[in-house]
Amino acid sequence: MTGAVGIEVHDLTKSFGGTRALDGLDLVVGAGSVVAVLGPNGAGKSTLTRILATLATADSGRACVAGFDVAAQAGEVRRRIGVTGQSTSLDEYLTGRQNLVMVGRLCRLPSRAAKARADELLDQFQLSDAADRPTKTYSGGMLRKLDLAASLVTRPEVLFLDEPTTGLDPRARLGLWDVIRALGKEGTTILLTTQYLDEADQLAQQIAVVDHGRVIARGTSDELKAQVGGEVLELTLSPGMKVQQAVQLLAQLAWGEPTAIEDSHVVSVPLSRAHGSVTEVVRMLDRSGLIVDDISVRRPGLDDVFMKLTGHAAEVGGAE
Amino acid sequence: MIEAAAGSEEAPSATTRLWWFLRDVLVLTGRSLVHVRRDPAQLADVTIQPVMFVLLFTYIFGSAIHLPGGGNYHQYLVGGIFGMTMAGTAPGVAVGLATDIKSGIVDRFRALPMSRAAVLVGRLTADLLTALLGLLVTVAVGLVVGWRADTGPADILLGFGLALLFAYAMSWAGAAAGLWLRNPESAQALGFVVFFPLAFVSNAFVATQDLPSWLGAVADWNPISTVTASCRSLFGNPNPSALVHVWPLQNPELATAVWSVGLLLIFIPLSIHLYRRES
Repeated sequence: MTGAVGIEVHDLTKSFGGTRALDGLDLVVGAGSVVAVLGPNGAGKSTLTRILATLATADSGRACVAGFDVAAQAGEVRRRIGVTGQSTSLDEYLTGRQNLVMVGRLCRLPSRAAKARADELLDQFQLSDAADRPTKTYSGGMLRKLDLAASLVTRPEVLFLDEPTTGLDPRARLGLWDVIRALGKEGTTILLTTQYLDEADQLAQQIAVVDHGRVIARGTSDELKAQVGGEVLELTLSPGMKVQQAVQLLAQLAWGEPTAIEDSHVVSVPLSRAHGSVTEVVRMLDRSGLIVDDISVRRPGLDDVFMKLTGHAAEVGGAE
Repeated sequence: MIEAAAGSEEAPSATTRLWWFLRDVLVLTGRSLVHVRRDPAQLADVTIQPVMFVLLFTYIFGSAIHLPGGGNYHQYLVGGIFGMTMAGTAPGVAVGLATDIKSGIVDRFRALPMSRAAVLVGRLTADLLTALLGLLVTVAVGLVVGWRADTGPADILLGFGLALLFAYAMSWAGAAAGLWLRNPESAQALGFVVFFPLAFVSNAFVATQDLPSWLGAVADWNPISTVTASCRSLFGNPNPSALVHVWPLQNPELATAVWSVGLLLIFIPLSIHLYRRES
């Protein structure tokens, strides 16, 4: 067995008409780890998930999931995966319980085992109260939870979550994050796609940044942030203060190039790690008669990483 | 390079696979029946519609319709309602499958280690039960307005059997349409655009002899005319189509079987192909 590898993707390509959705994508995900595939709409995230989940076929390249080739051994792969897509894939006329029992029975569980597993999942996802209502009546958050539960009926080794929290309200989103974290702890290999940078940061040990069908960077959240640089000191001057004067003074510190945001009173400078550096800046500005209203130390977010790597902001682009 | 592992289990025997397939079909037929229970309006095509058409044509239009060779219009009409109701299962299947695709549930099924054909066969089995209900409703309303079959039980059962076979074949045509369109609204529209003209340009309500000649030719070769004529002939009802000298109307029972088998041979493989096609 390939053992330690959960998902292995080699030089995968896929085109739709003239559009290249995947353009030689490579990715390795260790068994039991959580990886986030981060990218804007149209980057190829959904296409990748669909190919790995045996719902679509690649034009070229290879992909293995849980040690099995997704093209040649699709049946073996299906026995070991769970998929939750961008839109829920449930039967709206069936109740929550009936949906889960149906999936269990289609996964060859005996009737009684399918019912027991459904009860267990309903309980785990706090859906027991709504279990016997048609899913038509569920809220968005409940549907996502049930959809995820349906993907977990057979306790899959590998779980694909395609934008699992898109469209959810903040509370439902946090609830789903807890569930995903718990699954990760239990040792399920998880590949989740997201265009929310904080989501990748929160849930995944490894992040693969995808743009135009290729992985353009990968590493831990901290590694990616390090590519952009360290902390930045942001100073907001009082109205009427001379911004250019502040820029010149900060340049004398030689910590790095200070920048001023046009038409505002905000000046920022890369922060030296030296002890007491923040106080030094404030004193220096104060001595020159520049009044500072607000001061903050900003750590670069994955937004900055994305801007730096792709040259465009993370949430632009066409439909996936 | 990536090394894939060998299959972990022995390939299941043919008997085991058949058993799994039947079990999947059963689970999915059950699912379709839950739909009907939750939304009984889905059955309008096989309940309200035949009743309305029987009443409408018996009491309103029927008196104005003349039958070549004579005969009672009430006796004549019910065969046509059988033909129409059996063909009418197709739009329902098309809408149902298009809805499944749009809702994403088909993607869920496709990622499960289940039989792929079972998704279609399960729905079509449920639909055959729907057609059976349509048959019973038509018989019941027919009896109420004075329709009788005065042949023997063997002929009557053969008539019902051919009607259901035709319904099953038409539902596969509907399945292919739904899988091709992938959109419930388009599937619904296709029902109106194809199904209603097909039902009316036939011998179901009027004798084809009375139609303009080109339209009469279309009606004479319409499969709904064939199944209608086979019902009328087997139930011993007035059947002016017997006077029309085209092969399907001279041999309506055989023609119904040929039409049904032909439709099944085309639309079963086509539906499976369309189902496998990725979205």
